[in-house]
Amino acid sequence: MKKRAVTVAALSLSLLLSGCSSSDSKGNAETVNLLNVSYDPTRELYEDINTAFAKEWKQETGQNVKIQQSHGGSGKQGRAVIDGLPADVVTLALAYDIDEVAKNRHLIDKGWADEYADHSSPYTSTIVFLVRKGNPKNIQDWDDLVKSDVSVITPNPKTSGGARWNYLAAWGYAAKKYDNDKLKIENFMKQLYGNVQVLDSGARASTTTFTERGIGDVLISWENEAYLSLDELGHDNYEIVTPSMSILAEPPVAVVDKNAKHKGTEKVAEAYLDFLYTKEGQKIAAENYYRPRDKEILKDYQKQFPKIDMLTIRDFGDWNKAQAEHFSDGGTFDKIYTTN
Amino acid sequence: MVISLDSSKQSVKADPTSLKEPRIVRIALTTLSLLFLFIFLVMPLAVIFISALRKGLDVYVASITESDALSAIQLTLLVAVIAVPLNTLFGIIAAWCITKFNFKGRNLLITIIDLPFAVSPVIAGLVFILVFGAQGLFGEWFLNHDFPIVFALPGILLASLFVTVPFVARELIPLMQAQGTQEEEASVSLGANGFQTFWHVTLPNIKWGLLYGVILCNARVMGEFGAVSVVSGHVRGLTNTMPLHIEVLYNEYQFTAAFAVASLMSLLAILTIIIKNIIEWKTAHR
Repeated sequence: MKKRAVTVAALSLSLLLSGCSSSDSKGNAETVNLLNVSYDPTRELYEDINTAFAKEWKQETGQNVKIQQSHGGSGKQGRAVIDGLPADVVTLALAYDIDEVAKNRHLIDKGWADEYADHSSPYTSTIVFLVRKGNPKNIQDWDDLVKSDVSVITPNPKTSGGARWNYLAAWGYAAKKYDNDKLKIENFMKQLYGNVQVLDSGARASTTTFTERGIGDVLISWENEAYLSLDELGHDNYEIVTPSMSILAEPPVAVVDKNAKHKGTEKVAEAYLDFLYTKEGQKIAAENYYRPRDKEILKDYQKQFPKIDMLTIRDFGDWNKAQAEHFSDGGTFDKIYTTN
Repeated sequence: MVISLDSSKQSVKADPTSLKEPRIVRIALTTLSLLFLFIFLVMPLAVIFISALRKGLDVYVASITESDALSAIQLTLLVAVIAVPLNTLFGIIAAWCITKFNFKGRNLLITIIDLPFAVSPVIAGLVFILVFGAQGLFGEWFLNHDFPIVFALPGILLASLFVTVPFVARELIPLMQAQGTQEEEASVSLGANGFQTFWHVTLPNIKWGLLYGVILCNARVMGEFGAVSVVSGHVRGLTNTMPLHIEVLYNEYQFTAAFAVASLMSLLAILTIIIKNIIEWKTAHR
């Protein structure tokens, strides 16, 4: 009896192990593995990109490439790469998070932001509002979010990259409206965040709060995430409202030079990021509701992407400056949120 | 009154005080606990299976045989197959030391074994990142030798081992304490060596308690989320265990698939409980 149990255990263990090794040996021959560490809302985008790129790479070089994905909050993902997650490329929500990776262990060479065109962000997005069908609270612009009877859902800018874009877009609107009067801007932001009912830790969690749990009148969201919610959860339940002014969200990409060098994947990693800028890559981005950089393809999808007056991060200096001023301890967010 | 006296005569073992309660209290308490069980256990379990099968059996089968799901199942089983025997071995050794010998630091050892119960799994995971992460004490060395600990199988194993250390030991210590050392002393005095004493005297006495501990340990290894989530790195098809894979699916709006994998885990849990009950029954009817 006992002997049999031991044999069964040994057998199943060897089966498990052989299962692993067989998939490995299949890989070693010609397949190169690439790990793309990305942020939350890009899951669907990179699923499509990876299939298309693998096909193209195979045609060009005859080599099989298997791209593995890891998704999570942008800041958390950057942290994991610093702590040793062996990413070949990072595709995060904002430049600040890649800067952090670059600062540690010489993972990414300096000047990564100029390595690729358009500040190394091949696609962009912007911040819009998702409201319930029929827009019962008649929300049209940022002004409407500070009304006392409106409940707002947005993630926490301390932990979420997307939330920082939301915050800066609102700030930019207030700055224009109050002609840069800091006191009035802070007052506006205080009212806005006073209306926030749930402050989730990440963009996807906020979407789930708004859609699945049915909390809030308006979700401040990435444009791509808002479109995805419509697709996944029904056009009958929600609609998108575009504010008069927003911010150009530029999610950047970079090769993690140290890891790629160590694994010998530099070439394919660079080709992978280059692919994002090709016509095909840009088209896939547009199909996944990211605004393509390529003007022609943007034109093809112009119905989907209404023209908005957009600020950029350069209007706030750069990410280091914005981070220090608004999101680090004692920044404006602490000021407007804790004194509620 | 008369009835309750009668029944207390019949079953001496039953707690007599409970039978003195008025009938209405008994009914109310029973209803309450049944209601609680229904709302907090039966209903959620039913919801899992209903949601999993909502789109039909085809979708169900497809979601648990999809390659990322399969590799998550494989990883979870692999971790269990390695972690459970190791912690069983450690649990027996620790319980044996603590109950059969008197030594300095014995209480300290008991406290340390309990530590994983007291520490939040997330903190346990973070500790491994701090020690074995690339910026940790040994991280860079391991990375340079192409033997990554965190964000790979070894890290997931370590985290699972840490969280489940107490299960077997905690199950055995009270049992072995109650049994005392007389039988072992007799065995040794009759000339048996340490291993013979353990194999022929101690082990048969503790085998049911041991199995019980192993089952609990196994259930926790498979279900652990917090600690594993911190050290996994969430690479799909590579370092996602079943609980992590469920979260990924849920966040991707793939609710049916998420519940399908969740139902598979629930089945494993139910199976565990059944085995546990058989063991309890066997213990009682030995």
